[in-house]
Amino acid sequence: MNEKLKIFTNGIFRENPVLILLLGCCSVLAVSVTVSGALGMGAALTFVLVCSNVVISLLRKIIPDKVRIPCYIVVIATFVTVVQRVVEAFLPELHKALGVFLALIVVNCIVLGRAEMFASRRSVPDSLLDGLGMGIGYTMVIVGIAVIRELVGNGTLFDIRIIPEGFQIGIISQTPGGFLMFGFAIALLVWCLGKKGKKFDPRIGCDGACGSCAMGCANRVYDLPAGPDAEKKEVQS
Amino acid sequence: MTGAAKLLLIAFSMIFTENYVLVQFLGICPFLGVSKKFDSCIGMSGAVIFVMTLASAVTWLIYTYVMVPLGLTYLSTIIFILVIAALVQFVEIVLKKFIRPLYDALGVYLPLITTNCAVLAVTLQNVGENYNFLESVVDGLTAGIGFGLALVLFCGVRKALEMAKPPKSFEGLPITLIAAALTSMTFMGFAGIADRLFG
Repeated sequence: MNEKLKIFTNGIFRENPVLILLLGCCSVLAVSVTVSGALGMGAALTFVLVCSNVVISLLRKIIPDKVRIPCYIVVIATFVTVVQRVVEAFLPELHKALGVFLALIVVNCIVLGRAEMFASRRSVPDSLLDGLGMGIGYTMVIVGIAVIRELVGNGTLFDIRIIPEGFQIGIISQTPGGFLMFGFAIALLVWCLGKKGKKFDPRIGCDGACGSCAMGCANRVYDLPAGPDAEKKEVQS
Repeated sequence: MTGAAKLLLIAFSMIFTENYVLVQFLGICPFLGVSKKFDSCIGMSGAVIFVMTLASAVTWLIYTYVMVPLGLTYLSTIIFILVIAALVQFVEIVLKKFIRPLYDALGVYLPLITTNCAVLAVTLQNVGENYNFLESVVDGLTAGIGFGLALVLFCGVRKALEMAKPPKSFEGLPITLIAAALTSMTFMGFAGIADRLFG
């Protein structure tokens, strides 16, 4: 039981996909303008992540190793299309707010990354918990950033006015504000970790686990300190 | 609007006012990951421009001549990502066999492009805006150029950042993101110009 709980909370805190693994930054920056949009995006991503993790875990013994990435992409794209159709039909406002980023869940590195690093090696219940934990971790960060951006940048929360008209700082809800708030969020994390005597170990778009990665750059492109190898991580957890 | 003016409007807005990286937040991972070294900036930009132009052309043809007649337009996300993945593989093989110097320059960056969200976004934008073939190709080409411009500019900013000494918590990634915020602020200055110039 304890083991399962650990897998679940892993995505929320210890390996938060956005703040620690630094995956899927595009949608975090772009969609965190309104809290309702951020919640919708978080829910959509969590759904896709859980479903694709379960299906890929079920198929892990059938998918040949050589063509695994296209197979994962097909599975993920199927669920994304399902979400797209449902949101378009029943939540047209959310569809408008998310725009192209709903379709772009297909290339969101969190989903493909978890498929490659977790679901393709672990049992179905484990993969389900991992997907759920990672999805919640993502949603927490994106909603957290959205609360600040909507409150400061637009003066509202869930479209209810809190700061009077004319006192909001517009730039926070525009493009530069996205980079700015994300920078501050990571600085805050570094500061908190520093207080506890821990070190922040960022891995931009890549965890340095080149052996298991689909990208094929093998440390030639991303000039980063190599993170702990995925294999080792599996053994430890 | 006449054809040429529309092409110019697309080009101008994709490079400046609607820049994929600095205004629309597409392709942030390579933007932050590759912009440390000038050489890799150029390589990545070249590969993105190349693949975006090709992908725009190919997906437009498939969409117009296969998916629309068969009523499969709701599958555009799934089909486009597969086309892009296959295209990148194909381009890699062709370049390796026939145009060796180009492969040496771009080869490393090609596998990374499948998961670059800017490429999928540009193909979806082409069909979403009902562009014709030429407009789609120009859209893909200039979106790639806009990506490259942002990458090269930001590379220069990062060079200057290396000399700076930010507060301890801001060292590394946070200060890079704040520099990106300032760079994107400069691109906000272009807002509205396109409508005045071509409208």
